[in-house]
Amino acid sequence: MKSGSNLEKILESGQFAVTAECGPPKGTSAMVVQRKGELLKFCCDALNVTDNQTAIVRMSSFSGCVLLKALGVEPVLQMVVRDRNRLALQGDLLGAAALGIHNVLCLSGDHQRFGNHPTAKGVYDIDSIQFIRTVKDMRDEHKFINGEAFSGDAPFYIGAAANPFADPFEFRVTRLAKKVKAGADFIQTQGIFDVAKFAEWMKGVRDRGLHEKTHILAGLIPIKSVGMARYMANNVSGLSVPKQIVDRMADTKDPKEEGVKICLETIEEIMDIEGVHGIHIMAVAWEDIVPRIVEEAGLMPRPVV
Amino acid sequence: MITVEQKELEKILEMTKGRGRLLVLGCETCAAMSLAGGKKQAEELAVAIRVGRKQSKEEGEVVADAIARQCEPEFVALIEKEVASFDTVLSLACGAGVQLIAERFPDKVVIPGCNTSFLGVTEKLGVWSERCAGCGNCILDKTGGLCPIARCAKQLFNGPCGGSTNGKCEISKDVDCVWQLIIDRLTRLDRLEALEEIFPVKDWSPAGHGGPRRVVREDLEP
Repeated sequence: MKSGSNLEKILESGQFAVTAECGPPKGTSAMVVQRKGELLKFCCDALNVTDNQTAIVRMSSFSGCVLLKALGVEPVLQMVVRDRNRLALQGDLLGAAALGIHNVLCLSGDHQRFGNHPTAKGVYDIDSIQFIRTVKDMRDEHKFINGEAFSGDAPFYIGAAANPFADPFEFRVTRLAKKVKAGADFIQTQGIFDVAKFAEWMKGVRDRGLHEKTHILAGLIPIKSVGMARYMANNVSGLSVPKQIVDRMADTKDPKEEGVKICLETIEEIMDIEGVHGIHIMAVAWEDIVPRIVEEAGLMPRPVV
Repeated sequence: MITVEQKELEKILEMTKGRGRLLVLGCETCAAMSLAGGKKQAEELAVAIRVGRKQSKEEGEVVADAIARQCEPEFVALIEKEVASFDTVLSLACGAGVQLIAERFPDKVVIPGCNTSFLGVTEKLGVWSERCAGCGNCILDKTGGLCPIARCAKQLFNGPCGGSTNGKCEISKDVDCVWQLIIDRLTRLDRLEALEEIFPVKDWSPAGHGGPRRVVREDLEP
């Protein structure tokens, strides 16, 4: 075992994993995180705590993880390289290890221009792939980027993101290969609506044997309304929402129900694709729906490992 | 070249208000190529300031001149006598030029008339864009002659990020994704496999994070 985390045990034992996103509040209420943790703990193997998601300042991912751990929920610490340089990143990793946080998701982060501090200076001292390598070297070599040794263990299960829908499509598998080479143990993908395109990407992943070197968790975003579907189709870079999905959301009398149906259909199709080892549900501002989706997808109860 | 943009007239009038006899000093190299701070723009700006001063009934002569490069001491030396008769120099050079003028004329008020934008190229008349971040360790041999430090919004060494769409950067449809351009070019050169390698963490100290930079060529020192 690299980290001994629940997520690692499930994935390494060949079981299908379920993770979900737990966004911390734009405020100081621990209750918000605790409520989401209580809601999701029985239907997920680990919960990702987002890190100033969409470049909007929120309670830190780190503190969200600590709050979840106190509830007995396993967190995935999301870390973006947009906001911290190598000193801060490595220092936070030492702290995460000290506090028993064992899953880390290494991200670039949405550009600060999109958030609520668009005039901020972006850090980008190292990039997400270099960051994956950093965590791996800390875990396996007990060394910092500068080669200096530190004391103690840093048992992390290392995650990374992949977006099969961004351009250039042909390079997306190569980029995944670089992340795997850097040390990514698991991958959480961008939200999938275009299953055909995802399947094509997965074929490329299998052709390079990457599905045997890393665990791919397929990303899902339950849609609540036609407005949300349209917004994602037109305004979010690197997200592919086919017209038929938007149409289905527009034509239905019960958008929430239709959204759940679309999500369940997508899960069913995804589970048939060789090399997909789990799902990651990003129900932004709709966490309440996650238990139902996991239940109806036939993924309950979650394994105890 | 160093691309500069002239500050707004209102701002320039505010900065030069009450500053007495004013020399508007153009720089005939980069600032002139930027069509913002050459001799011609210095003359035009001097006229505008005169009008502004007249309207606000402010005293003080405004004269325009230019030198070839405000960043070279030998050219700055050419205007020593002229500057002596002014209270204030409004320099239209880049920040380097403004500072050398200030350094050479310690008793004069020196004001910047331009904002220094970037190291870039002229795309076409009226359009300039950034190309170089002056990071002190050129990697263009590895990236097909296209710089991800200057031209990727996240300065990714192992791009592109998940926001690249139809060749454009996630921050704006007007910004090319440089990683798309790098991939296209390396594909054309049949060198795409070069990107399979992971770019190591960068040493940012020659990029200015090691403190102010200085180049010393001992072979040239007298």
